[in-house]
Amino acid sequence: MTRPFALVHLAKDLRLEWRSKDALNSMLFFALLVVVLFSLAFDPTQAASRRIAGGILSVAILFAAVMALNQAWARELRHQVLDAQRMTPAPASSLFIGKAVANFLFVTVIEIILAPLFAIFYNLHPIGQGWLLAAVLPLGTWALVVNGTFFAALSIRTRNRELMLPLLLFPIFIPALLGMVQASSGILTGETDPGLWIKFLAGYDVIFTTASLLLFHIVLHAE
Amino acid sequence: MAAIAVQLENVSRLFGRFPALRQVSAVFSTGQCYVLLGENGAGKSTLLRVLAGLLQPTLGVVRYFPQPAAAADPGRDKGGSGGSEDDRLRAARARIGYMSHSPMIYDELSAAENLRYFASLYRGRPVWTPEEALNTVGLDPALPRPVGQYSQGMRQRVSLARVLLSQPELILLDEPFSNLDARSAGQMLLLLGRLRGEGRCIVLTTHQRDLAAPLADQILTMEAGRLTSAAPGPASAPATELESALSPASPQTIQPELAPGASPA
Repeated sequence: MTRPFALVHLAKDLRLEWRSKDALNSMLFFALLVVVLFSLAFDPTQAASRRIAGGILSVAILFAAVMALNQAWARELRHQVLDAQRMTPAPASSLFIGKAVANFLFVTVIEIILAPLFAIFYNLHPIGQGWLLAAVLPLGTWALVVNGTFFAALSIRTRNRELMLPLLLFPIFIPALLGMVQASSGILTGETDPGLWIKFLAGYDVIFTTASLLLFHIVLHAE
Repeated sequence: MAAIAVQLENVSRLFGRFPALRQVSAVFSTGQCYVLLGENGAGKSTLLRVLAGLLQPTLGVVRYFPQPAAAADPGRDKGGSGGSEDDRLRAARARIGYMSHSPMIYDELSAAENLRYFASLYRGRPVWTPEEALNTVGLDPALPRPVGQYSQGMRQRVSLARVLLSQPELILLDEPFSNLDARSAGQMLLLLGRLRGEGRCIVLTTHQRDLAAPLADQILTMEAGRLTSAAPGPASAPATELESALSPASPQTIQPELAPGASPA
């Protein structure tokens, strides 16, 4: 039985990461560093600190993810592997979706490790429907990685690509970040209904995934 | 009569304001080997990337497999007709094997894993198994080490195996002998001769003229982005040393055309 092209790319990316652990290690250490530094800067036992805890976690994951996304296409660039992939009849969109799903899994692993530690550290406990976080976090993470993977590919031929990615990604990601924060706050505090923001995130994901899939072919073959 | 693999018509390629290729016109036919010579910066690699469909010409036209593919080989994709321009280019690329200076493979994977990955991306086309491809270039398919730990010459051979995996009709090789010892280069030469005999079109660039010349049906020279000369190579003569092992070159080979204004040597 033949696997879809996207799965072939995904399996390759997972295998490469399993061998090197480049993305996971860099993301995990960076995110932990941010969390520890913030805990030293702000007293985590104070109520005010707990209120910004969600934001600190989001920013830690966001910056850590950008570090990994900056290197998302590094292996393909190193020995012109991208050119070999361009020569194959596999559609460009399959390469993109394989890479985006791989990045999604890497960031999710970091979230799974970091979030419980953070919740314990800052004494966080949801008052609303905590299970809805299981919808909000993947939707927000996908919004981040789908745009990050796309813009990382867009900036691979630029001279200052490590600077270009955050410059391109953050403005585009702001609506999704707002949706994530509002939905998470609603869930954690139980004061507002997060349903609207979850739908907003889902809509954002559909729009930007579709746009990225349609445009990736142009980005991949641009010179 | 040899079929046309790729045809260039007044192709120019600019990088910014720098012309890397200037009005190059040439026809490359199946069953022929073309050796491209020239100094560094002459435009050889750019020409190969244009032939591979990885670079689009700024001016001019590139026609891949212009004759109806179905007539030549019913099992193959139609590279020359049908679908959008992108589809046609994608179908044409699938029939081309390109090897650049870089190995174009992942350092972290073994040779077999690399080839298995690329073979999976050529669905619908006849592909060699990774074992077949690696045996062909003289490497052990069971070698578990990641490619990053290979010598330059071994990487070069894995790269060639990747090119051959999809059984391309047009094979483009950029400095294929650069990291090889004399014995390995000789083996690669014989392999390329066999591929030419199978009817594949081979275009290779090299600075090692003496090494590649016995294989050449045509020796092309580039200077400052222009194709300045096209001379018959030793392999086009009937009594070449390699000729007995290879199929005879077609007498009706289409000669590469020189760009307007170029002066043949």
